[in-house]
Amino acid sequence: MDGSLIGSPVRRKEDQRFLTGRGNYTDDINRPGQAYAYIIRSPHGHAKIKKIDASAAAKTKGVIAVFTGDDMKVGSLPCGWQVKSTDGSPMKEPPHPPIAQGKVRHVGDQVCVVIAETYAIARDAAEKVKIDYQPLPAVVDMRRALESKSLVHDDVPKNLCYDWTIGDAKAVNDAFAKAHKVAKIELINNRLIANAMEPRAAIGDYDRSNGDYTLYTTSQNPHVIRLLMGAFVLQIPESKLRVVAPDVGGGFGSKIYHYAEEAIVTWAAGKLARPVKWTAERSESFMSDAHGRDHITHAKVAMDKDGRFLALMVDTMANMGAYLSTFAPCIPTYLHGTLLAGNYATPAIYTNVKAVFTNTVPVDAYRGAGRPECTYLLERLVDVAAREMKLDRAEIRRRNFIHADDFPYQTPVALKYDSGDYHTLMDKAIRLSGWDDFEKRRAEAKKRGKLRGIGISTYIEACGIAPSAVVGSLGARAGLYECANVRVHPTGSVTVFTGTHSHGQGHETTFAQLVAERLGLTVEQVDVVHGDTAKIPFGMGTYGSRSLAVGGVAIAKALDKIIAKGKKIAAHLLEASESDIEFRNGAFTVAGTDKKKMLGEVSLAAYVPHNYPIDKLEPGLEETAFFDPLNFSYPAGCHVCEVEIDPDTGVTKIVNFTAVDDFGRVLNPMIVDGQVHGGIAQGIGQALLETCVYDDNGQLVTGSLMDYCMPRADDLPSFKTGTHNVPARDNPLGVKGCGEVGAIGSPPAVIGAVIDALSPLGVTHMEMPATPLRVWQAINGTKHRKAAE
Amino acid sequence: MYSFDYARAKNAKDAAKLLAKKEAKVVAGGMTLLPTMKQRLAKPSLLVDLAASKDLKGIKKAAKALTIGAMTTHAEVAHSSVVKGACAALAALAEGIGDPQVRNRGTIGGSIANNDPAADYPAACLALGATIVTTQRKIPADKFFKGMFETALKRNELVTAIQFPMAEKAAYIKFPNPASRYAIVGVFVAKFKDEVRVAVTGAGPGVFRVPAWEEALAKKWSADAIAAGAVKAADMNSDIHATAEYRAHLCAVMAKRAVAAAK
Ligand SMILES: Cc1cc2nc3c(=O)[nH]c(=O)nc-3n(C[C@H](O)[C@H](O)[C@H](O)COP(=O)(O)OP(=O)(O)OC[C@H]3O[C@@H](n4cnc5c(N)ncnc54)[C@H](O)[C@@H]3O)c2cc1C
Repeated sequence: MDGSLIGSPVRRKEDQRFLTGRGNYTDDINRPGQAYAYIIRSPHGHAKIKKIDASAAAKTKGVIAVFTGDDMKVGSLPCGWQVKSTDGSPMKEPPHPPIAQGKVRHVGDQVCVVIAETYAIARDAAEKVKIDYQPLPAVVDMRRALESKSLVHDDVPKNLCYDWTIGDAKAVNDAFAKAHKVAKIELINNRLIANAMEPRAAIGDYDRSNGDYTLYTTSQNPHVIRLLMGAFVLQIPESKLRVVAPDVGGGFGSKIYHYAEEAIVTWAAGKLARPVKWTAERSESFMSDAHGRDHITHAKVAMDKDGRFLALMVDTMANMGAYLSTFAPCIPTYLHGTLLAGNYATPAIYTNVKAVFTNTVPVDAYRGAGRPECTYLLERLVDVAAREMKLDRAEIRRRNFIHADDFPYQTPVALKYDSGDYHTLMDKAIRLSGWDDFEKRRAEAKKRGKLRGIGISTYIEACGIAPSAVVGSLGARAGLYECANVRVHPTGSVTVFTGTHSHGQGHETTFAQLVAERLGLTVEQVDVVHGDTAKIPFGMGTYGSRSLAVGGVAIAKALDKIIAKGKKIAAHLLEASESDIEFRNGAFTVAGTDKKKMLGEVSLAAYVPHNYPIDKLEPGLEETAFFDPLNFSYPAGCHVCEVEIDPDTGVTKIVNFTAVDDFGRVLNPMIVDGQVHGGIAQGIGQALLETCVYDDNGQLVTGSLMDYCMPRADDLPSFKTGTHNVPARDNPLGVKGCGEVGAIGSPPAVIGAVIDALSPLGVTHMEMPATPLRVWQAINGTKHRKAAE
Repeated sequence: MYSFDYARAKNAKDAAKLLAKKEAKVVAGGMTLLPTMKQRLAKPSLLVDLAASKDLKGIKKAAKALTIGAMTTHAEVAHSSVVKGACAALAALAEGIGDPQVRNRGTIGGSIANNDPAADYPAACLALGATIVTTQRKIPADKFFKGMFETALKRNELVTAIQFPMAEKAAYIKFPNPASRYAIVGVFVAKFKDEVRVAVTGAGPGVFRVPAWEEALAKKWSADAIAAGAVKAADMNSDIHATAEYRAHLCAVMAKRAVAAAK
């Protein structure tokens, strides 16, 4: 069995229950005596609540209670990360009440909760609640927010949350002063809505006999929710609060955060001494799940006469929405500004980020979180630089890459990359995609009346989030280690309790592979348990491509302890010295002899310690380990996209897509490929299809799937994927992350291809998403311009 | 959804009778009506289900016309060899509606009674010069579709079938909304012995014909006969997916493609 499980495409164990409809999601759970909550949400972007009259609703048969902000006066939904402005002042952190207090700040803000015997009764009764609003001018456009007379929060002047910088401004300015050429770009990173397949849901439960609360919720990190809600919002000690995140149907970041509805159902369950359930309708998801991205950026790069980058300057405005979501402030700063070196040896970098409040849904991490924004602006800028320098787009990248022998590499923006080989990654992608003979395909497409283009992007991302000491010094209010508990049962099967959470990632399989490999078991003999604070040690959950890189290492460390203890027990049973015991393929052997004891025999002895070194060793075979990484992990890659555009309609079709990535050591290539495919699909979604639109009054125009365009199978080509894996030096397992890279690397490749296709018409810029309308307008804009000339 | 009563009609006549009740509404496939009820935009007191009304179902071909019962699903039309033989464009149109789930439930009667300005069937009815057969009369398509979500149907009147005259050549080309996949612009062209008819859906407030193209195509059946400009931006819808100018442009592009594809 040696080595056979690691790197093998083991089929996902969890798919059996998912594909046969036996998953157990939050909404599948029903508690005895359960009541149902319907949340009345603000129809206004910005308004004063003058009066709420809920008397008729409260009197309706079957209604148990109606709560407004006056009833639920609890702590503010907390923010887990404090960013400081350049002048040293802390970010503005206005209160975020679970139910609005006197004012609503975005369409979808919670105003009133109706709790009834059935959901239908609650919804019907909600229509009887009379709410008198006084609409206020909405702050929607970030660019105008700083000058707007209207304030989202009265005590936040200019609607400015923080004004942050990193880097050496002087070095950057000096470099621009002596630059041979400067390339510039201005672009928007479009606002996205995650739209996880499963809408959010929450059930609050309260046990009157012992005062214990339980919250069942659609979360990527139940312990974080327990900490935030228990300590900051409801003041429930952690010992009295259990948070369960059962099967969760996709998160993409949107289920990291502590949401108002979780606090509402838990609080109401306590008040009413009844379980209270809330399940979002799809349209509620659109207006209450945290949105993603939404940056406006100006960037420029200074170059010498060979096109080598001398300095980079980036100015970004980041939309926070109406309130600070749990991790919002760190996305445009520490997950974006610190990544700006990208794959390049740019010696001087300076960036400024202004975070702005608007009357829109809060914005937080969405697959990639900060790193797609960074990669997009960098790679688009590098394309402009290539055009300015009249260099091939691959060549300018090659000239500026950090060399494989320069690792570890200290960037000018805090991060230290541990490993990588960007030249080989790009060479492989170029070969696999047929980059060099693209012009032939362009010419052939032209004969068919189609505009064909090719785009390339390279990326580096920092994931495996994160070294606690580092993030702590940067404002994180939590540690970001991970925990694992490995329990070897008396007869040798194993249960692993992990603090990470699987909501599509396949942990139940990959983690089982890791354990089975080390202990000489089959994958079936290993069960992975996650998502319940009553079962697992304090864990931080799943986001930032951290589960294997951090959680996997915690498991490996627990396994080390199991094997070390097992050796002691085996030495006793085999009457040998502990130092002579070897462990391989599930057997403890005495070196140089045929004496052995299997893991099951050792564990049985541990639990039935009749013949056992009880004077020296505790019984049982169960170990817990925590792992806090020393560094991030740094996957990298190169994506190449080829498109064909129909000039009559502006429709862009992706005809080829190639991704070559460096994931370090790979446990399950099939699952990794799946993660890459899903990520690319979302990246293509952002580049061609998805965008969230608000009108000037703060109404959400794209409030349903009729207008918000999610990628579908027929929007996507068959992807060509490849790897060039360089084991991570700073990770004990050698692994890097793979969950977010597809969404990080792909958008600039797609837009690069669209611009390349349109370049014969003189088009040099395109915003995301490159919809048929936009592409047609770009084609026609130039047509008109040409005609006018 | 508000609560409502439910009745299953035995046939069209029975349904018409049940409809006499105040605020009653028929449900066919429910693909439009049920979401509207869930969003609380419709509040029928009684739902009269047509699912068991066998007299409303079926596809028949006679010498001059193809008759499709109101309760025939999109999937049945799409897969029917009779429809494919009589008017391949109609089968292809049905195959392009929504997704498999919608096609397995949604009906031709429901679609035209609903007259969504972006729906596909109204373009076929208008371009093929169909006759809408109801429980009370026969209505030519030209008189049936009235504006957005409005038809000539009276309150208790049901569509029972649609009769399509046979064209020599026809085709429907749709430019789908990327999100909803309804038509941003859909153009149905039909060539008969003595006339050409062109109908456009999705682009304006309701389905409409384009006489200038019909005349040009009657003179010369060729994509070149389609002149841009016959459809004016001023008459078009405009939204985040397509401006009025873009829609007007797409009308001409889709019309040319339809002529080129017509069989
Ligand atoms: C996801 C989705 C995608 C869709 N995509 C498309 C698309 O691309 N193109 C397209 O054209 N359509 C599309 N539709 C609409 C679909 O074709 C519906 O089936 C159709 O609009 C209504 O048909 P139905 O049988 O479901 O009618 P129902 O929803 O049952 O009824 C619709 C209305 O018509 C009335 N009605 C029904 N039958 C009759 C009758 N015989 N006489 C009088 N009144 C009647 C009802 O009272 C109701 O007011 C889509 C729908 C969905 C849900």
